[in-house]
Amino acid sequence: MADVLKKVPVREQDPKVRATNFDEVCLGYNKDEAMEEAQRCLDCKKAKCMEGCPVQIHIPNFIKAVKEGDFAEAYRVISESSSLPAICGRVCPQESQCEGRCIRGIKGEPVSIGKLERFVADWAREQGMKPEAPAEKNGKKVAVIGSGPAGLTCAGDLAKLGYDVTIFEALHKAGGVLVYGIPEFRLPKDGVVLPEVENVKSLGVKIETDVIVGKSVTIDELMEEEGFDAVFIGSGAGLPKFMGIPGETACGVFSANEYLTRNNLMKSFDEHYDTPIAKGHKVAVVGGGNVAMDAARTALRLGAEVHIVYRRSEEELPARVEEVHHAKEEGIIFDLLTNPVEILVGEDGWVNGIRCIRMELGEPDASGRRRPVEVPGSEFDMDVDMVIMSLGTSPNPLISSTTKGLETDRRKCIVATEDVGATSKPGVFAGGDAVTGAATVILAMGAGKDAARGIHEYLSQK
Amino acid sequence: MFKIVKAEQLSASVYMKVVEAPRVAKACEPGQFIIVRLDETAERIPLTICDYDREAGTVTIVFQPIGVSTSKMVDLKEGDYFLDFVGPLGKPSELVTDDFEEVKKKKVVFIAGGVGTAPVYPQAKWLHDHGIECDIIVGARTKDLLILEDELKSVGNLYLCTDDGSYGFHGVGTAMLEKLVSEGHHYDLCVAIGPMIMMKFASLTTQKLGIPCVVSMNPIMVDGTGMCGACRVLVGGEVKFACVDGPEFDGHKVDFDQAMKRAAMYKTEEGRRFLAYKEGDTHHGGCGNCGGDK
Repeated sequence: MADVLKKVPVREQDPKVRATNFDEVCLGYNKDEAMEEAQRCLDCKKAKCMEGCPVQIHIPNFIKAVKEGDFAEAYRVISESSSLPAICGRVCPQESQCEGRCIRGIKGEPVSIGKLERFVADWAREQGMKPEAPAEKNGKKVAVIGSGPAGLTCAGDLAKLGYDVTIFEALHKAGGVLVYGIPEFRLPKDGVVLPEVENVKSLGVKIETDVIVGKSVTIDELMEEEGFDAVFIGSGAGLPKFMGIPGETACGVFSANEYLTRNNLMKSFDEHYDTPIAKGHKVAVVGGGNVAMDAARTALRLGAEVHIVYRRSEEELPARVEEVHHAKEEGIIFDLLTNPVEILVGEDGWVNGIRCIRMELGEPDASGRRRPVEVPGSEFDMDVDMVIMSLGTSPNPLISSTTKGLETDRRKCIVATEDVGATSKPGVFAGGDAVTGAATVILAMGAGKDAARGIHEYLSQK
Repeated sequence: MFKIVKAEQLSASVYMKVVEAPRVAKACEPGQFIIVRLDETAERIPLTICDYDREAGTVTIVFQPIGVSTSKMVDLKEGDYFLDFVGPLGKPSELVTDDFEEVKKKKVVFIAGGVGTAPVYPQAKWLHDHGIECDIIVGARTKDLLILEDELKSVGNLYLCTDDGSYGFHGVGTAMLEKLVSEGHHYDLCVAIGPMIMMKFASLTTQKLGIPCVVSMNPIMVDGTGMCGACRVLVGGEVKFACVDGPEFDGHKVDFDQAMKRAAMYKTEEGRRFLAYKEGDTHHGGCGNCGGDK
C-alpha cells in the first residue's frame, strides 16, 4: 500500500516528447490506480469537498462506488449533477474547489477528485453509456444562446425536465471555449468534447450552429416570432483586450483568442487543414493566466522558443499551479516583473522585437494583489518575432445592444440575479462569463444549472 | 449545410453562387458580409453579400479564385452544399442606417474595382429602390473581367473603365472620377470598394477633390464576430475590428499601408498550399521558390 498522505500519481507524457505533439499531456488513471486512489477518501458525513463543487456533485458517493469497482454507479451519481464530467475532471481548478476543501489535504495531499471524475467519465464513454431523453415532453420551448459550458449545462438540465431546447451557436462547432480556447493537449476535441456534446444532444437538445444571435436573429424575434417561452444567454466573454501600445497592429501580433482559435478550432497544427498559422522562432506571450499558458505551450509545440512576459511575480500568476508546472517542464521561459511598452516593427511590417520595462511590486491594490510599479529607466529590448497578447477578455456587446430592455453594467456584463440568473427582461436568463466576465468552466456550468432551475420555476408559474 | 441553388461564371475570373440561407437572407442589409466554410478541413473565408432575396431565402455571393479555398469553391455546382454559411456580419452601410431624409439629399458616386463590383450592387440597388439616383464607376484590368454590367445599369448611371482601354474609358476608376468632377459633376459622398490598393488611391483622390469617402475593408478574418482581432485596422490612429466596427470606414482615416502589410501576412504559406493544390503529387518544390510541400 502506498503512502496514504499522497495522491496516487497520475501518468503523464514525458515533457520532452509532449513538447513536440498535441496529444493529451495527462494520461489519467487506469482501473487499479483509480480504485487505489478512491481508498483514500474518508467518506466524510459532512463532506466539505461538496461545498467546494459549484454543481455539488455527491463526491463521497461516487468515490465509494469507484472504491467498490462499480463505475456505472459512479457515473450515475456524477450525472445527477454534472453534464460534462470528462471536461470538468480535466479543466476545473480543483485545488481551489473540491480538492481545496478535502480533509485529507490538511495533513497530506487531498483526494484526487478531479482525476477520479475524469476516470469515471472516460470509462463511461468507452462503454458507450449515454444519457437518455425523458419520455415525456412538456411542450415548452427554450432557446439557449451559446454552446459553451454554461449553455450546454443549462440545455442538458432543461431537456431532462422535458423542455424542447434549441442551442444557437455562432461558430461552426459547438463547445465554446472548450473547442476554440482550450488546446487539444489539455482537452482532446474529438475524443472528449465532441462525445460530451453528443451526450447533450442525446437528451433531445437541438444545436443550430452558424447562427449569431444579435445578427442572424434577435432575442426579441426568437421570443415573438419563433415561439420560445424563455431564453438563456450563455454567450461568454470572447472579446479580446489589447494593451494599446505602439506597434500592436504589426504583422506577427496576435490575440491569444486568434492564435488559439486557429490552432484548436481550425486545427492549423494539422497539415490536412487549410487554415494557416504563423509559427514564429522566438515568441513572447504577454500575460500570466491559463490562456497565456495555453498559447505559450501551443507556440512551443509549433516549434518556437517561448517567453511568458508577466508584469507581476510568480506568486501572482493567475494560471493554475499545475499548468505553470507543465509549462516549465516543457521549457517555457518566464520573464517575470516585466511589462511591454512598445512593439518594435521592421520595415517589412513584421514584429522584430518588444521593448519592455522592469517592474517591482508596490502596495496591494483593490484586488489585494501587490500592484506592479515601473522601475524608471529600466527599459530594454527583447528580440522576438512574434507576440501573443493574453490580457483577458470581456463580453461581446452584440447581444446586449440588440435586445430591448436588457440591462448591462459598466463592464458590458449582463446584469442577472445571483440565485437563478434572471435578467431585467422577463423570461430572459443569463449566466457564465456573459454575466461575471471571464471566469472558469465550472462556474459557468454552475450558473447554467442555476438558470435551468430558474427557467423551470418561471415557466411553471406562467 | 447550405445548398447552392445557382452557380454561374460571371467573367474570365469571377464566379457567382446563390445560396439557400434563410436566416441570413431575412436579416442582411447592403454592406454586410458572410463567412463560408467549404468542408471539414477548410478555412473560414469572408465574402461580401452581393444580393439577397428575402422571400426565396437566398443570398448571392461573388468571388474570384485566388488561393486554395476559393479555387475549390469554383468547382461547387448547383445542388452542392457549403458546410457553413454564417451571417450577416459587420455593420450595414450607413446609406441604409442613416436618417433617410439626409441620405436622400446626397449625390453618391460608387467606385468599384474588380470583384469589389459585387458588393457595390446591393448598395446602389437599395438607393435605386428608394428613389435615389447614383453614379457608378466600375474599373477592371480588361474587358473580359467586367461583371454585372446589366445589373448595375439598371440601378444607376454606369461609367465603365478598363486599364487597357479594351472597353469604356481608358484608365482607372479614380481618373474617371476626376474627369466627371472636372466636367461639373458634384458628389457629396464616394463609396469605394475593391482591392486595398485601389481603395487607397480612391481615398487619396477624393481627399484632393474634397469628397468624403467610405471604403469597405477586406482584411484577414477568422471568426468574423469580434472575438479574435485578426481583422484589426488602424482608423484615425485607433485600433478597430473590421468585422464588428466595419467593414466600412472613413477612407481618409484608414492606414492602408499597414492594412496591406497585414493582408499579406500569410502570403508564403498560402502560395505554397496553392502550388501544392494545383500540382498535386507532382509538386515537389521544383519551382525553387516555395520550398516544396513541406
